[in-house]
Amino acid sequence: MAFLGKVLMLVGALFCLLGALGLVRMPDVYNRIQAGTKAVTMGSLCIIAGVGLLHPDWWPKLVAVALFILLTNPVGSSAIARALYRSGVRPWRKAGEEES
Amino acid sequence: MTDRTKSQVVVFAAALLLWLLLTASLAWQELLVGTVVALTVALATRDPGGFFAALRFEPLAPFHALRFLGTFLVALVRANLDMARRVLTPALPIRPSVVKVRTGLESELGRLLLANSITLTPGTLAVDMEGGELLIHWVDCPPGTDMEDATRDIAAGFERHLAGFVR
Repeated sequence: MAFLGKVLMLVGALFCLLGALGLVRMPDVYNRIQAGTKAVTMGSLCIIAGVGLLHPDWWPKLVAVALFILLTNPVGSSAIARALYRSGVRPWRKAGEEES
Repeated sequence: MTDRTKSQVVVFAAALLLWLLLTASLAWQELLVGTVVALTVALATRDPGGFFAALRFEPLAPFHALRFLGTFLVALVRANLDMARRVLTPALPIRPSVVKVRTGLESELGRLLLANSITLTPGTLAVDMEGGELLIHWVDCPPGTDMEDATRDIAAGFERHLAGFVR
């Protein structure tokens, strides 16, 4: 059980790392938000699940934290994206593609 | 039951659940104080429109909610594997574009849940919402996609499950 918990935490950390890599590699802000949101949400959920396996008596609080992250993380990302879109930031396109 | 009462019942249940999760105890003193606090929160909530009144109180609703949760978790894992593949591929295989998606959900709560699910699923990010139309940023948009295609590919799966427990 403790081993599984540690593996889950490692997987979570790995997804967070991939999210950070996505921030560096993606060409524009919308794609960066996408990489950041998804990877970090899943990464933190994995870490929380791992902590829950290591400390079984913490799980009610961990469930509350996980629900909070699941509800607020996408709302925050959408709010940032909406503000950007409304202030006229247009998504990046590959060179040579026509504006549709 | 009016929309306001219905919304207050949901707020009460949610507040009590949060209390139970945070105290992590079923002692009768905790339950009593939690009930009083949750009742106060529910009664103090000024929400004439009834944000949570969009939830359906039907026998099959919990079943649909569970189905939705399952679909959502699978989509979340797929979204991450997909994003990991794109980020790690040296050529960075993305074809970003903005598409519009139509939703049949009428309530604010339903649309919020739909937008949240879209943001956390493979390659899509909810950007804006006007009336029944959602603006979606799609990382890998196939060329020549119109609104019907996008609605079918992005929103339809969640909407089917969501419609079972929220208006």
